[in-house]
Formats: sequence, structure tokens, C-alpha cells
Amino acid sequence: MIEDIEINDVRSLTQIVKEKYDYDFSNYAISSFKRRLIRIMELYKFDNFEKLLVRIKNEPSFFKEFLSELTVNVTEMFRDPSLWRELRDKVLPNLFESHETVKIWHAGCSSGEEVYSMAILLKECGWLNRAKIFATDIDHSILAKAKEGKFSVKNMNELNDKNYYRYGGTTQLSDYYTTEGTNAQMDKSLLANVNFMEHNLASGLAFTKVDIVLCRNVLIYFNQNLQNEVFRLLHQSLFNYGYLIVGSKETLVWCDIANKFITVNNEEKVFKKIRD
Amino acid sequence: MHKNKYKAIVIGGSAGSFQVITRILAELDLKMDLPVILCLHRLKHVRNGFVEALSIKSKRPIVEPLDKEKVKRGVVYLAPANYHMYLDLGYQFSLSTEEMVNNSRPAIDLTFDSVSYVYKEKVLGIMLSGANKDGAWGMKRLKDRGGFTIVQEPKECTIDTMTTAAINITKIDLVLKTDEIIKFLNTELC
Repeated sequence: MIEDIEINDVRSLTQIVKEKYDYDFSNYAISSFKRRLIRIMELYKFDNFEKLLVRIKNEPSFFKEFLSELTVNVTEMFRDPSLWRELRDKVLPNLFESHETVKIWHAGCSSGEEVYSMAILLKECGWLNRAKIFATDIDHSILAKAKEGKFSVKNMNELNDKNYYRYGGTTQLSDYYTTEGTNAQMDKSLLANVNFMEHNLASGLAFTKVDIVLCRNVLIYFNQNLQNEVFRLLHQSLFNYGYLIVGSKETLVWCDIANKFITVNNEEKVFKKIRD
Repeated sequence: MHKNKYKAIVIGGSAGSFQVITRILAELDLKMDLPVILCLHRLKHVRNGFVEALSIKSKRPIVEPLDKEKVKRGVVYLAPANYHMYLDLGYQFSLSTEEMVNNSRPAIDLTFDSVSYVYKEKVLGIMLSGANKDGAWGMKRLKDRGGFTIVQEPKECTIDTMTTAAINITKIDLVLKTDEIIKFLNTELC
């Protein structure tokens, strides 16, 4: 069992990855990053760090796998049901009342649970065909999974169902999927207005302008410097008076752009851009 | 024991630990102003109520830290529901939604390991009652880095799995009943 990774080893890895593949992990939060590396070493049965470095250095195809395993894809539908109620009852009505089309960005969408939750919310409110949804992630293979829309029946029953019920949906979650063995196949019509694309939040590259961006439990994996940069990017991507939603234990108060937002709901971490 | 040597206290617990923590927080002398970091197993989807319940008799404020929040003296920190809670260099809390560890999220192993990485020998680790082995490895890491280790007397525990696992995995400095833990902290750290 691998217990720890030296900080110098982490630096060597981020250096190699940056030089060879142009991904910069040097500002990821160190504790969780180390933990992901340990997990990968255990997964591929590397008994020393050098083995991981060598494969990353020499095999671009392995690097792709590494990237997929590195990102955290533990997620739920309607995670924090109270937030989803806030979206349905306050935030989105506000936007749909003043816009013909509302542009929504799921930044770091992972396997898509949040995207399908949004589509279900919109459908139940009759807004789905007035929404243009962008769903991005750094990992192409998780995007493919999101597009496919196959979730485990186990998760549906144990997690998602309960969250949907607490959220107070108009029907049952099972109305939105069909069971195929151990998989729940989400209704693909929910994706009618969804575009999935690769995007690296850490790259600093601008994204299209949107009315609301959800970036939940992604920033926690970045250190404070990188969070600052990403918040700047998210701020830039919003139209004025657009909304930013982060994870329930995340905050933007320590970042440079903090004074360009007001807090709409501190419990649910809903912020509104008030200046460019 | 040099009272000024220690910079933080970290406590882990699960089933049966609530009463013990409540008592510690009620009876710990306010002169003892070290940050207290709590990692307690808790229901994943119950966000509110736990901090409030613990706060009733606590002499100090209890906070579920935001990601990147800095540790402050005199404050008690509680790992939030459904997140792993690490401490990073720079004394910042770092949260994660990764897979459960030892069937738990928050996992005591991860908190203890990272807290002892940051504080090295300057931390006191306390393990309380619980029904699984989460925390034993973390306690070992803490001890290996020179920290001081206290385990609640297994015979006093509601369930002694957690405390026994800690005792079996590394040399524990003191095995004490709740009364003795409180007395120890009040005498040695004030």
C-alpha cells in the first residue's frame, strides 16, 4: 500500500506533463492531487513513482487514461436538493422572465449528472426549449460518458432518486430513464439543447458568454492561486447580472473578483455578477 | 509534556463519540486555545443540524470550514457532510468529494494524515468510539511523525472497533476514559 508521495515527485510529474502535453497541474490543491496519484499508482499496480513517470513520459495513450483517472468523477443528480429548489424557484424564473433564450454553462460537468438534472428541471418548468446548455470538462472520456447517459441503477436507487424526491420534482426520476440490466439509460431527448465540449478551466482560455454558470465541487481541486484565475475566467464568461453557482462548501470571497459579485444566497452559494 | 509544543488537536470519532465530544467541548478550559479539528462520521446528506447540536454546550465556536479556509486558534472545526477534509501546508483546509475511504466521507484517515503532515510532531491526536477502522492508519501516520496519541479506553466506548484498531496499529501514548482525557487536556495544555 502506497502511503505517500514526495513533493519533489509531484513536481517532476507536473513538469513532465506540462512540457509534453501542455496541461498545467502545478496549481492543483496538493493533498487531493497526491491522493489521486496514489490512487492511480494502486490502480495500475505501480510499486514506485518512477514507473508512473516513465509511462506518462513515453506513452501518450497512457497519459489520456491517466487524465481520466486523475479527475474526480464522484457526483450525484440533484446534489444539494435545496440548491436545485433555489434554481427552480428564484434564479431561473428571474432569467427566463427577462431573456428569450437562457445560456447555461456546466463547467466541469463530469459524467453529466448535473446536466441531466438541469434538463429535467427545465423540462418540468417548460423551459427546456428556451435553454442553450454548454457542458464542458477537461476529460474527453467522461464527456463521452455524459453524452451516453448511462448511470448505474444502484446510484439511481440509492442517491439520485432520494435527491430528486427532496428537490420536489413533479413526477418520478424513473420517468426519465429506462433500466437496462444494471444500467439506467437516461432519456436522450433531455440532451436536445446540450452541447458537450472539452474545455480546461485551468488553461485560462475564455468561454462563450452565458447567463448562468455552475461550477460545483471543481474549484476545490485547485489551490487558491488557480481558484483566483478560474474565478476570473468564470466572471468574464458571464453577462452582467448573470449567475455563478459554486459548491456548497466553496466560496469566492477571497478572490480578486469578489467585489464584482453580490451574494444572492449564501447557504446555496448563488452569486450574481454586478459589474464587468 | 511541554504545553507550548503543541499547535493543534485533531479528534476522530464515529458511533458513540457524540457524547464524548460534547463533554470535551463543554469542559475544555478556554485557556486552551489550540485549534481543535474534528473528523466525525456523519450522515452524507444532512448538512444542517450537526454543528448546531455540537454547539449547544461548546465553549468555543464550531465551524464547518469552507474550502481553503485558514485554521484559527480558539476555533473548533468540523468536517462537513459528504466531503473529505484535508489540511494543506499554509494551514488551509482543503475539501474533496472523492470516493469514500473506509466506507466514509469524511474519512478520519485523510484528515489525520494531512493534519499530521502539516503540524508534524506538534499535534495531539485523539481517537474515540466508532464501529469501523477508519482513523487507525491516520493515527499511525500521526504517531510516526512524532505527534502525541490518545485513544479513548475501549471498555468505555459504545463500540470499541475504532479505538482498538488504533491501539493495535501503533504505539499509543495514552489510553484514557473521557474524564481523564478532559483532565489531561486541561492540565497539560493550559
